[in-house]
Amino acid sequence: MARDTSHADEPVAARPMAGAVKIALLLAAAGLLIAAPFFLYPIFLMKLLCFALFAAAFNLLLGYTGLLSFGHATFFGGSAYFTAHAVKVWGWPPEFGILLGVAGAAALGLVMGAIAIRRQGIYFAMITLALSQMFFFFCLQAGFTHGEDGIQSVPRGHLFGVIDLSQTTNMYFFVLAVFALGMLVIWRFVNSPFGMILKAIRENEARAISLGYSVAEYKLGAFVMSAALAGLAGGVKALVFQFATLTDVTWQMSGEVILMTLLGGIGTLVGPVVGAGLVVTLQNYLATSDFPVTIITGLVFMACVLVFRRGIVGEFYASRLGRALGFTSER
Amino acid sequence: MGMVADHEPRVVLSARGLGKDFGGFTAVNNVNLDVQHARIHALIGPNGAGKTTVFNLLTKFLQPTRGQITLLGTDITRTRPDKVARMGMVRSFQISAVFPHLTVLENVRVALQRPAELAVQFWRPLKTLNQLNGRAEVLLEDLGLTRWRDARAADLSYGRKRVLEIATTLALDPEVLLLDEPMAGMGQEDVRMVAEIIREVARHRAVLMVEHNLSVVADICHQVTVLQRGEILAHGDYATVSADPRVRSAYMGTED
Ligand SMILES: Nc1ncnc2c1ncn2[C@@H]1O[C@H](COP(=O)(O)OP(=O)(O)OP(=O)(O)O)[C@@H](O)[C@H]1O
Ligand SMILES: [Mg+2]
Repeated sequence: MARDTSHADEPVAARPMAGAVKIALLLAAAGLLIAAPFFLYPIFLMKLLCFALFAAAFNLLLGYTGLLSFGHATFFGGSAYFTAHAVKVWGWPPEFGILLGVAGAAALGLVMGAIAIRRQGIYFAMITLALSQMFFFFCLQAGFTHGEDGIQSVPRGHLFGVIDLSQTTNMYFFVLAVFALGMLVIWRFVNSPFGMILKAIRENEARAISLGYSVAEYKLGAFVMSAALAGLAGGVKALVFQFATLTDVTWQMSGEVILMTLLGGIGTLVGPVVGAGLVVTLQNYLATSDFPVTIITGLVFMACVLVFRRGIVGEFYASRLGRALGFTSER
Repeated sequence: MGMVADHEPRVVLSARGLGKDFGGFTAVNNVNLDVQHARIHALIGPNGAGKTTVFNLLTKFLQPTRGQITLLGTDITRTRPDKVARMGMVRSFQISAVFPHLTVLENVRVALQRPAELAVQFWRPLKTLNQLNGRAEVLLEDLGLTRWRDARAADLSYGRKRVLEIATTLALDPEVLLLDEPMAGMGQEDVRMVAEIIREVARHRAVLMVEHNLSVVADICHQVTVLQRGEILAHGDYATVSADPRVRSAYMGTED
């Protein structure tokens, strides 16, 4: 069926990814992260990596599924409690402690997701908020979390029975490896057959339904994956600080990860990492000064949202330089 | 399709006493409809008559207030819309429904992924989907979209988006096809092409289409149902319906 197609819209080839630029940037980032602990305070770097992974996990939902969860602290902080308890009270090795945290977060995600997933927009956010507040009160009351005190002096233990994580350098490279693994999982998830369907659902939900996709189940799958990865970040954080605390299950923590993600740019892999880096750095810097931390971060956030509507990384991708380097921005 | 001749009338989709109220407003009332295999059935009527609402009811995007719907012998009055699609009835939308940031090829592949069971693998690379390219490219070829294979759907002209939507719908090889104004906003050239495609695909499928272009309706449709203010005004073949004085005053008179 050859037809004359002399219309205005000429074929526009999808922009080829500038693979070389990306690989170069990736190698540079890897080099920096490997060298960083010899120049910067390792605990700060580990905190940064944990929050970066947390934000990236959150973005799996906001950026790649189009769902705004206001309850992600449940998975981050919940996993921290599970890991800390398993390691400290049951004497589990760190890797199994973290796995328990991940499994617990995934289970919590399944419950919260199943309840909230059929709601849209603000209702979805409100239900996740309400459920995470319930979890907060559970953590406040439950015995094993030790209420206001939290679970303190959690031993880091020996990874696989051999690597002593109480040594800061060992711990740093362990955290870096977990971070890299988490990012790899997210990258694969986004660029997979499942990720393609998620993208289709985000772009036109009604059309996806009319093609026979049970969209609620796909969204739930993404929700559980996001919760599990947030749990991975939370479990590792508990070992870094040797401490699991109520702070990590508060609604403020859920808000903070939204802020990091929006700041960096939703729907990009790197955006949440940059956003988390900025927020954590700012908090660290302000903690030693007299400025009120929340007000300053709030102001920075407002300024960024006004100036960089797509987030810092999203804005860079959409800029002339970004496009010249072969990045594509979706929003 | 078995041994049954494609010309034998066989009802694949039927509605009885279908009705929908929005608050106090009755948008659709007492609609009876029989859509047959290998036939093209037009649903026409003035703006706001309730055509799209009937589509939404039949495909279960809206839950009917009254009445019953049967698809391929199964009662689907309480079935979810994605299930209806999996049972073999696929619809298009009045406002063109493509996935704008996916390429033309990817749009069609999304439809192919589910039947090929390549929709849930979150651990496999994207290139796994290349095994669907062959089938997708055949569809693009059939609909004259090959040149735009790698263009983003958002960059297509309006008419071509509609053609892509049809390609995506056909990718599912549905038994029943519901097309809501498939030719709206197309140039003459494309209208003729799409009419020809619909005629072609209807040789083995039932098609129910909303269409304002009456020459197309006269040309390709076997059955015509006229809707007015949510109720059926007339039904029959085009000659009968267009001769009906009530239809002439209610609908043809207002047609540009
Ligand atoms: N979700 C809704 N809520 C309230 N009223 C609705 C809804 N959907 C449709 N209607 C009303 O129902 C009536 C029928 O609308 P419908 O879209 O089905 O008409 P149509 O025949 O498809 O018209 P058109 O030719 O303009 O596409 C209209 O008066 C419309 O305003
Ligand atoms: Mg309509």
